[in-house]
Amino acid sequence: MKDLILQVQGVSKVFGGLQALKDVTFDLPAGQIMGLIGPNGAGKTTLFNVINGVYAPSAGRILFRGEDITHRRTYELAHMGMARTHQIVKPLNDLSVLENVMLGACYGQHNEALPNAEKTAREVLEFVGLAERADQLAKSLNVAQKKRLEMARALAARPSLLLLDEVLAGLNPSEIAGMVETVKAIREQGITIIMIEHVMHAIMNVSDRLIVLDYGQQIAEGTPEEIVNNPQVIEAYLGDPEIANRLMQEEN
Amino acid sequence: MSRFKQSFGLIFSLLLVALIVIWPLYTQKATDRETAFVILRAIALAASLNILLGYTGYVSFGHIVFFGLGGYVGFYLISVQQQSLWVALLAGGAAAGLLAWLLGAAILPLRGAYFALATIGINEAVRAFINNFEPFGGPIGMNLNFQVYKDYGGPAQVFQMTFWIMAGLTAAAVILSYLVKTSKFGLGLLAIREDEDAAEVIGVVTPRAKTYAYVLSAIIPGMVGALFFFKNGFIEPANAFPLHSSIESIVMVMLGGQGTVLGPILGAGLYQGLRGLLLINPVFKNIQLAVSGIILLGIVLFIPKGLIGWLHDRYPKLRKVLP
Ligand SMILES: Nc1ncnc2c1ncn2[C@@H]1O[C@H](COP(=O)(O)OP(=O)(O)OP(=O)(O)O)[C@@H](O)[C@H]1O
Ligand SMILES: [Mg+2]
Repeated sequence: MKDLILQVQGVSKVFGGLQALKDVTFDLPAGQIMGLIGPNGAGKTTLFNVINGVYAPSAGRILFRGEDITHRRTYELAHMGMARTHQIVKPLNDLSVLENVMLGACYGQHNEALPNAEKTAREVLEFVGLAERADQLAKSLNVAQKKRLEMARALAARPSLLLLDEVLAGLNPSEIAGMVETVKAIREQGITIIMIEHVMHAIMNVSDRLIVLDYGQQIAEGTPEEIVNNPQVIEAYLGDPEIANRLMQEEN
Repeated sequence: MSRFKQSFGLIFSLLLVALIVIWPLYTQKATDRETAFVILRAIALAASLNILLGYTGYVSFGHIVFFGLGGYVGFYLISVQQQSLWVALLAGGAAAGLLAWLLGAAILPLRGAYFALATIGINEAVRAFINNFEPFGGPIGMNLNFQVYKDYGGPAQVFQMTFWIMAGLTAAAVILSYLVKTSKFGLGLLAIREDEDAAEVIGVVTPRAKTYAYVLSAIIPGMVGALFFFKNGFIEPANAFPLHSSIESIVMVMLGGQGTVLGPILGAGLYQGLRGLLLINPVFKNIQLAVSGIILLGIVLFIPKGLIGWLHDRYPKLRKVLP
C-alpha cells in the first residue's frame, strides 16, 4: 500500500443538476504516468479540481500518500506535494517569469526561502527551456511559453504528484515533441504524473496506464494497448472507428 | 549586486522622505513645517494602504477607519486616562491592527467590488458606533486640556515633537512597505493580486496572507491617527472618519503607482502639492474633491499603473532598481 501515491475511491461531483463525475475509483502507484482521456466535457478537469481540493467531492474519498485529503484546502495539498497546471493557463501576468516560478518553490513542498527559491526557479527554467525569458513579464510570453511556465511553476514546487491538464493543446508538432520529452524527463526525476490530453499519439506514447472518462463515468482503464483495443472506448469515446484505426497505426 | 540594486530603491525612497523633513528645518517657517506634516501624513497613509491595495489587490475604500479608530483610542488614553503620548501611539496602532484582524475573517473572503463596499460600510458603522459611544464623547467628541502639552514642554515643543514623530512614522511605513515587497510573504501577496485562485493552488495560504496584509496596512494609520489628534487637540466623528480622505489615499497610491514602494511617496507628494495650489486658487477652492475624482479618472484611463508603473513599462530595467 505504501507505494500508492493517490487513491480515488467512489468520487462523484454534482454541479446543480449536472453529474460531472460519477463513482470514479482508481489507485495510482508512485512513479507512473497515468493518462486521463475522454471527450470534451467528460469531467477530466473536474476530476483534477476535486483531487486538487478546488472543489469538494459530492461523495467519495481521496487519499494522498495514505492520508485522507477529501476536505483539504488546495494550498494544504500544495504543501503536501501536489502541484498542477491549468488547462486555461493562469500566468501571474504582471510578475516576471522568474517570480512566477519562484512562487512555486516558495510555497510548494519544500517551503523554500527566497534565495533558495531563486536557485530552484532558475534550474527549472533551464529545464523547461525558458531560462532566457526569466526577467520578462509573464504576460509577454506566447501560448507555448505560457504552458511551459505553468509547468515550471508546478515543477519548482518539487512535487510528488503532478497534475498536467492539456499541456500540449495549442502547441505545434515540434513543440509537442519537445513537451513530450520534458514530461518523460520529469518522470525520470521520480515524480508521479496524471496527464489529461487530447493529442492521442502523444498520450499513448507517454502513459503507463490510462483512464477513460465519458459523461463523468470511468468507462475503461488499462495500458495504452488495452485502451485502443477496447471496443467500449472505441464506441463511446472515439465514436468513429476510423479514428480508432488511425490511433492504432500511430501506435505501431 | 542585485541586493544593492534593491536596497537602492529603499534608500532613494527614504531620501525623498528626508527631503520633505529637511525642507521646513531649512526655511525655518512654521507654516512649511505644517505643510510638510500634511505631506508626511499622506505618505504614511498611502504607503500603508499600498500594502493592501497595491500588493494584495484589495481596494479598501474605508481605510481611514484605522486612522480614526487609532485617533480615538489614543485621544481617550491621553485626555481621559492621563496616559503618555507614547502609550497612546502604541494603543492606537494596536487598536487599528486588532480591528483589521477581526474584520479580516469577515470581509476578506469577499472579492472585488464587494470587499470595497464592505470597507465603506465598516467605516460608516464605526463612525455611527462612536457617535453613540459616550466614553468617547458621542457626537460632540472630545477636547484636550491644553495643560497636557505642558508635560511635553509646551505647545511649541509639542509641534516640534509631533513633526519628528510623524517623520519617524512615515519612514517606518516606507521601510515596512519595502520589507513586505521584497519578502517571500510579499511575493505571495503579489500572487494573490494577480490571481487569487492560482495563488492558492501554488500553495499561498491566502486567508492568512490577506489578513496579515490587512493588519500591516492598518497599524501605522492607527498610530498616525493617535499622533494627529493629540496635536489637533480635539476629535469628533466627522474629522476622524472622513470618507473622502480614504479616496484621496487611493488616488495618491494610484497616481504614483500601486504596488511599488516609491509610488505612494511620489503620488502623495504630487497630490498634496497640487491640492495646495488648488486651495489657494479661489476658483478651485471648493471643488478640490471633484478635481481628485478627475485625476483618478485620468489615471485609470491613461496611466492605470501610475507614474512608477508607467516608468517600469517603459524601462523594464527600472523594475529591479525601484521596486
Ligand atoms: N464550476 C462548474 N460549475 C458548473 N458546471 C461545471 C463546472 N465545472 C465544470 N462543469 C461542467 O462539468 C462538465 C465536465 O467539465 P470538465 O471541464 O471537467 O470537462 P473536461 O473533461 O475537462 O472537458 P475538456 O476536454 O473540454 O476540457 C461539463 O459539462 C462542464 O460544463
Ligand atoms: Mg478540461
